Parts: sequence; structure tokens; C-alpha cells
Amino acid sequence: MNFLKRTIPLVIAFIMGVMMVFQYYVPHEASQSLLKVVTRWGITIAGFAVFIGAYSLFHLHWNKIKRKFPGWGYSIFVFFGAGITIIFGLYNGGEFFLHDKQEGTMFDWMYFNVQVPAGATMFSILAFFMASAAYRTFRARTNEATILLVAAVIVMLGRVPIGAMIWEYLPPIADWIMSVPNMAAKRAILIGVSIGAIATSLKIIFGIERAYLGGGD
Amino acid sequence: MERLLSIDRRYIFVFVALAVTIPLLIKFDLPVPVTKEVKGIYNKIDSLPEGAHVLIAFDFDPASKEELLPMALALLHHCFRKNVKVVGMTLNPGGTGLANSAITDTGKQYEKIQGEDYVFLGYKTGVELVMINMGENIYSAFPKDFYGNATVDLPVLKGVQSLTDFDYVIDLASGSSIEAWIAFGKEKYDFDLGAGCTAVIGPDMYPFLQAKQINGLMSGLKGAAEYEILINRKSTAVAGMSPQSVVHVIVVLFVIFGNFLYFMSGRKR
Amino acid sequence: MNRDVSITTWILIAFGIVNIYFLTTGKLSFGLEGLGLITAVALTLAIYSFLYKDNPAFKIVENLFVGVAMGYWIIITWFNILKPDVLEPLIVPLFKDTGKSPQYIVIIPTILGIFMLLRFSTKLSWLSRWSFAFVVGLGSGITIPNFVHAFILKQMEPTFAPLYTGDILGSINTFLILLGVVSVLIYFFFSVEHKGVVGGVSVIGVWFLMVAFGASFGFTVMARMSLLIGRVQFLLRDWLGIIQ
Repeated sequence: MNFLKRTIPLVIAFIMGVMMVFQYYVPHEASQSLLKVVTRWGITIAGFAVFIGAYSLFHLHWNKIKRKFPGWGYSIFVFFGAGITIIFGLYNGGEFFLHDKQEGTMFDWMYFNVQVPAGATMFSILAFFMASAAYRTFRARTNEATILLVAAVIVMLGRVPIGAMIWEYLPPIADWIMSVPNMAAKRAILIGVSIGAIATSLKIIFGIERAYLGGGD
Repeated sequence: MERLLSIDRRYIFVFVALAVTIPLLIKFDLPVPVTKEVKGIYNKIDSLPEGAHVLIAFDFDPASKEELLPMALALLHHCFRKNVKVVGMTLNPGGTGLANSAITDTGKQYEKIQGEDYVFLGYKTGVELVMINMGENIYSAFPKDFYGNATVDLPVLKGVQSLTDFDYVIDLASGSSIEAWIAFGKEKYDFDLGAGCTAVIGPDMYPFLQAKQINGLMSGLKGAAEYEILINRKSTAVAGMSPQSVVHVIVVLFVIFGNFLYFMSGRKR
Repeated sequence: MNRDVSITTWILIAFGIVNIYFLTTGKLSFGLEGLGLITAVALTLAIYSFLYKDNPAFKIVENLFVGVAMGYWIIITWFNILKPDVLEPLIVPLFKDTGKSPQYIVIIPTILGIFMLLRFSTKLSWLSRWSFAFVVGLGSGITIPNFVHAFILKQMEPTFAPLYTGDILGSINTFLILLGVVSVLIYFFFSVEHKGVVGGVSVIGVWFLMVAFGASFGFTVMARMSLLIGRVQFLLRDWLGIIQ
């Protein structure tokens, strides 16, 4: 069993990884069609992942309800929202889900009048907390913090129309900050992160990184 | 002074709310200077001949709609005015409805025909896998459009076999999709790429701009406002620039005042 | 508590009066469209009520939103992926004469997709490893060469541009970019002790990072404020109709 449970997945990851690296350097017709086929398969497999997300979410909230955690009553609304949306989606304006998606159905109504406004508003709340943090915690305590603070203030003013009215050199200075020091630091971070991603990929291919196997034997 | 430093944060919230609302009510226009990054995208689309193909990836969801939807609409207006064929898609499931309505509604305003002048291909998951698959063959990645029509039969895609055949690709992103479009799309299949993103990830895009991996960048509502100015269609983004200016000044004043109190109170906090 | 109840009651009354006024004057239509707008506004205001203090209305909307978003994701995945990529090419032609033969090759990703879902089974969860191994191995294989090309080689190229091109300011910027990239990379390189020259250079790296973080902070403020502006525009324009 260990062979099926452990060896085969490691072999699959190794073969897929090595094959794809070689594929990149051999742009032959056969290798191109291989790339097309496996990426096509990957898209289909990834499509199933939605159910993993759904299971995790529903499991979490079901447990909250079952064990009567504080605030468990709110979890009912997760099932209510998901249930109604799924029912409307499957009903598909009377055409049902085996037909093509219909337009202007109650499913779309739920999206435009619940998901869109709630999603957009939820993240806009942070605007208030950022302003509060700017007042309470954004302090020029050290030299480094002062550099950060000055850069932030110049960028905040230089990137909005009023900046040029306050001081005509604010926008060009903000642009310079963005495209010289900011760019250089972000490039170094990008290179560092990419080297990290490449190293992790190599570890996966050679079976050193095995987190994707999950727990157990 | 101590009391001022520890005021109820709800007073600060009221300031922010007023700083946003009052400038919207008392309408005043501020000049919105256009940056070369936004001009890069505009010039590219403006130079396209009629019938050229532009792919717009709507890789955002409702959470960043207020920044990215105005960009999407401005781009769509420009493309339809130029009689360019628009192909839409998304890698973010939450963005599907927004993308579809943006393309369809704008298309209708210009009396464009779906399937002939524009198409929305819908959502696919797998990010880089989708890009590579589209780079090999777009009909493999999207056998059907959002409405279930077979893509091979669509006149709008005539002449397009893969990503290479697009005259311009623009990614509107709220996450890391621009990086993916660069690594697995542009650099692999060689096409011109432009990007629009939320202001949060805007600063991270400058290395790509300087390395010419993207030929233009719209970041945040300001980027959208600049594009609205360029196409001479002032809308929500331009209207948002006056509250944006006022609220930035307020935040800067908060920072200065907070630091003033902090130093005056002997750096105790 | 009593104060909160009375505030809530007054807000609800005001909200009701405004909407009834809009409905009777025809500013809002009776029917799904008008009801949709009222729902959207109610949810928006319920979320903003959090700014006063955490409360049941906010929590209900928060949970409802999570549920609806998940439901939407499932249905969109069905219509955009599972239906066109699995059902139509493979399953429908097996049972119905569509004039096309079933694409049997689709069986492989379908089985791997189903295996993936076995992660939650106690006995068969090991089968999900095959699917994850396929996707993760594939991802790793395409990441390595594409990242080396796009994010390392292509990013190094302009970093090492000729320092002097006839323009003094341009040269200074080119030098600063080189200095910034190298010093930040050295700062992140922990294998060498940050002492002496290395220590000095890494201090410069910290300065560059601070400027970049400051820029990111400024841009984040900008982003969040834009979201708020968008929502206020929605309330003032789409609902109250007091701005254009």
C-alpha cells in the first residue's frame, strides 16, 4: 500500500515536473501537443477544487452550529445564502442546469444585489481603519520609520490631482520615488521571491517538499 | 494632549466619511494630469486598425470593483469606438457577472453584435494552465463561450488561433495574475501586454514597466480617471478624484497631527 | 443597550420612509429591480454599521455574503468548466446521439478531479495525492523555466544597463536602480553575517525598502479610499439620486 500511497504520487510529481521543464527547451510539435493536453487536463482537474473549498466552508460552519459555538446562529446564514444561490443557479430561469446559462435570472439578481454590494462594501471599511491607524500608530520613531513616513506622505499627495496645487514638484517627486527607489526594491523582492519559487518547485519535483501529500502515511 | 491621542476612533471615521461625501456633493473639478504609464495603453489601443483583436482579462471580483470596473468600462468604450474586436475572459469566478455585464452593456451602446464584434468567454480556473493552454490553442482552453456557443464558430475570433494572434492583451487584476500573464503569457507567446490593477499592487508593477514586460499601467481609481480623460468620457473615476484628493489631505493631516502630539507628549506612546 | 436599540429603530424607520417615498414617487420601481436596489443599499448600510460597533446586522450580512459567494462560485464553475469540459464532451455523447463521439481522453482529468475530492474520505484520501501530485508537479515544471526567463533574466537585463548614456540625471537613476537592487538582495541574503561592507550595503538596502514600503502604504490608502468613494457614489447616485 505504501507504494500506492506514497511512491506513486512522488513519481507522478517527478515525471510531470521533469517532463515540463524539458518541454520548455524542446519546442517540437509533439512536445507542444503534450503541453496542450496536460494543461487542458490541469484546468479540468482544478475545476473540481471548488468542491474542496465548499466542503471546507460548510464543514466549518456546520461544526459551529452542531457544537453551538458562540455566535453559531450566524452560520445559518452561510447555508441560507449558499442554498438560495445554488437553487437559483440550478433552476437557471426555468431552463435547469443541463441547458446553457440563462441571462437575467434570479441567480444573477443574487449576484448583483447581494454579492457585489456586500463584497465591495466589506473591503471599503478598511478605509476608515487605515485613517485611524495613520493617526494613532504611524510614528516617526526611528530614522527608517521617518523615511517610510515621508515617502508615504509624498506619494499620497503626489498621486492625486490636489498634489500639484500644494506644490508643483510633488507629482514628479512621487513619480521618481515610484520608478527609481520603489522600483529597485520591488525588483529585488521579485527576484528573491522568484528564486524561492524555483527552489520550492525543484524540491517538489525531487520529492523533498511533500506538504501537498497531506498528513498520514 | 493624552486625551487627543486616545480619542474615540469613531470621530476619525466621521472625518473620513465627510471628506469623501462633501466633495461628491459640492462638485468641483480638479485637473487630472495623464501619466505616461496610462498613455502607453491608450496609445496602443488607439494605434490598432479596425478589426484588430484585443483580449481583456477581467481578473478581479466585487471586492475591487470600485477601482477596476471604471478602468474596464473606459477600455471597452475606447475599443468599441475604434471598432476593435473585444474578447473578454476571467480567471476569477467572482468577476464573471461583472465582466459579462460590462462587455455586453457597453457593446450594446455601440450597437455591436455579440459573437461578431465581441465575445465573453467566461471563467476558467488554473491561472497559468489557462494561459499556456490559450497560448497553444484558444479553442482548447475555451471550447464554449459564456453563453454556451461553440467558440470555433464565432466570427469575432476569426484569425485568432492562440494568444500570439491577439494584437493586444490587457489584464485587469486584483491579485497576482499580472505576474502570471507576464511569465506564462507574454514572455512565452510574445504579444503586447498592458495592465490595470488595484492601487494596492500598483507599486509592485514598476519593475515590469521598466523592463518593458508591460507597455502601460493603470493603477487604482487615478489610473481609471486618467483613461477617462484620454477618451474624453468623464465618469465615476474622474468624479472620484476630488474626494480622493480631499481624503488624502485629511489622512496626511492625521499623520502630521498624530506625530506632533506624539513628540509633544514626550514620546511616551 | 437601550441607546443602540433606539438608534437602530430610528435608522430603520428613516430607511423605510426614504424607500417608500422613492417607490411611491416612481424613483424606484416596484418589482425585482427596485427590490434589488433596496437590498443592495440595506446590505451596504448594514456593513457600515460595523463602524459604530460590531453588531448582529453586520454579522448576518457577513455570513450571508460568504454563503452567496460560495454558491456563485459553485454554479459558475458548473456552467464554465464542468459542463463544457466534462459533461458535454464526455458524458452527454455516451447517452445521447449528438453526432459527435465521446472524447474518452477527458476520462483521465475527470477521474483525477474526482480523486481530489476524496481528500475528505478517511479510507481513500490517499487517492487524492495522485491528483495533487499531477497538478503540483505540472505547476512546478512550468514554473522553473518560465520564472527564470521572465523574472530573473529579463529583470536583470535592465538592471545592468550602461551607466552613462549622455544624460547625467538618467545615469544617476540607473546607478540608483543598480544600487537598490543589489543592496536589497544583499539585505535578504542571510547566509553572510551583516558586518563590515556587507552590513553597510544592507543598511542602504533597508533605506530602499523603507521608501518602497512607504510607497506601498500610500498606494494602499489610495486603494481603500477609492473603494469607499465608489460605495458613497453608489449610495448618493444610484439610491438617493442626489449626484449625477
